[in-house]
Amino acid sequence: MSMEHDPTIGILGAGRVGTAIARQALKAGYRVRIATAKPAAENALLVDIVTPGASAVESAEAAASDLVVLAIPLHKYRTLNPDDLAGKVVIDAMNYWSPVDGVFDDFESDPRTTSEIVDEFLAGSRVVKSLNHIGYHELGEDDLAAGDSARRALALAGDDANAKALVMTFIDRLGYDAVDAGPLASGRAFEPATEIFTGSHTAHQLRALVEAARHLADAA
Amino acid sequence: MEIGAYSFGDTQLNADGSPRSTMEAIKNLFDAIVHADAVGLDYFGVGEHHTVQMPASSPGTLITAAAAATKQITLGSASSIIGTDDPVRVFQQFATADAISGGGRIEITAGRGSSVETFPLFGFDLNDYDELYSQKLDLLLTLNNSTSENVTWSGTVRPPIPNLAVVPRPVNGSLPIWIATGGSAPSSARAGRLGLPISYGIIGGQPHRFAPLANLYRQSAAQAGHTGDNIKVSVGTWGLVAPTKQEAIDRLYPGWVNMNVEMGKLRGWAAPQKRDFLAQVDAPNAFFVGDPDDVAERIVELHRHLGHMRHFLQGDHGGLPQEYLLESLTLLATEVKPRVERLMAGK
Repeated sequence: MSMEHDPTIGILGAGRVGTAIARQALKAGYRVRIATAKPAAENALLVDIVTPGASAVESAEAAASDLVVLAIPLHKYRTLNPDDLAGKVVIDAMNYWSPVDGVFDDFESDPRTTSEIVDEFLAGSRVVKSLNHIGYHELGEDDLAAGDSARRALALAGDDANAKALVMTFIDRLGYDAVDAGPLASGRAFEPATEIFTGSHTAHQLRALVEAARHLADAA
Repeated sequence: MEIGAYSFGDTQLNADGSPRSTMEAIKNLFDAIVHADAVGLDYFGVGEHHTVQMPASSPGTLITAAAAATKQITLGSASSIIGTDDPVRVFQQFATADAISGGGRIEITAGRGSSVETFPLFGFDLNDYDELYSQKLDLLLTLNNSTSENVTWSGTVRPPIPNLAVVPRPVNGSLPIWIATGGSAPSSARAGRLGLPISYGIIGGQPHRFAPLANLYRQSAAQAGHTGDNIKVSVGTWGLVAPTKQEAIDRLYPGWVNMNVEMGKLRGWAAPQKRDFLAQVDAPNAFFVGDPDDVAERIVELHRHLGHMRHFLQGDHGGLPQEYLLESLTLLATEVKPRVERLMAGK
């Protein structure tokens, strides 16, 4: 697979988050495919206008990309096809906010992070939690070139080192420094209501916050 | 370009920060609408929220009362949360308002809601969110498009309606029904495919970035064969007008703080920072807060990108003193609107 040179990006979801990530990936020079629950033909006009340069495809084709991004409402995660996504590197950009999304038993009664629950459902996928803690309109505005001392950093968490390496390269090409928070469970440090989630940080600041979260978790 | 305002109701605060009565908030909103009509504003939208801070829970009722107390202003919901309501009831309420208004001044805007307080309140399951909205919208449109009092409809979210009378009929046969959206692209495509006018609620970021969505809306409409007067865009934003920009900023800021503190408690946000507020008060950002020249220029500048036919502002947040709202409404009608007209004629 030509993952080193120019991975294809498949985005599941064409709402505000999915289209913002698509535009930023296109800006970085990636080939981008977008799919929703609707047939590709119904999304063609939307993709042409809102994410020009991307292709509207069926879900299975988006899932066959080198890097897949989950940008659907979290409560719809069971509409994802684990077979299509088996073996894939999957970025979980989804969040759970019960006042907005409502109360879903899957998440309310489970002490794990939402990405761990998604990871269990997508058995066989290599899930990396990232891109969830930057506002969709910030993604296209806050990007900076590598080496810029003011560059914003984004966190990632996952259990597969190779998958994380791929995602770190992706984040860097989107215009952000990448900070590895550790295994998938460490994604708790940047879920909604955390300091990482509600703020904007450089790599140096983010590493400190991730460390602090790890100490807290270890002490618990 | 029509100029207007919208509100969800705004419960006032005592000096110690505790909320005053929701009844007072409704009365204030009613008075504001009557005032807006008297000063010549084109439009007033009443949104549906069910919180102590934003208590305008029944747009149909308030709009009917306002219809009886006003002469020229167009009144619409902003929006009616269709998924968790009864479309037959919504249609009946607004048709009743239409009859009382004399006809032609009442509109329905169908929305999904940006928060989900109506689901537990009215006993609906969030898992049915999409299906409820799309089927109930379909029923609402069927009611509206009916050429007689008798209506037939079937779907799965409620029992069928087998050729039953739904009355009264609107004065002009049907009501304008708008689709409200907060900016998700599929919503714009859907509104265009349905051939309905679209209303963008823009509460952050840079409003001109909605241009591709408005473009998607218009092209979706054209592709589906819809043309004519129904294909149009309106825009609702935060904003407040005062004699000077600094006064407008100073008047709007405390309410923004109050709202963010409340939202912060619910959603786990950090305490609001003044710089985050100030970052939005100038072009090309989202708060249309300023003196009449400033606000008029920004509305016209946004029109270059979105081509909208109506712009309406919401200024009453987090306990805005009523006199600031009333002054803003007066300035919108008497100072902003003429400036907008002059600037647009000059183009």
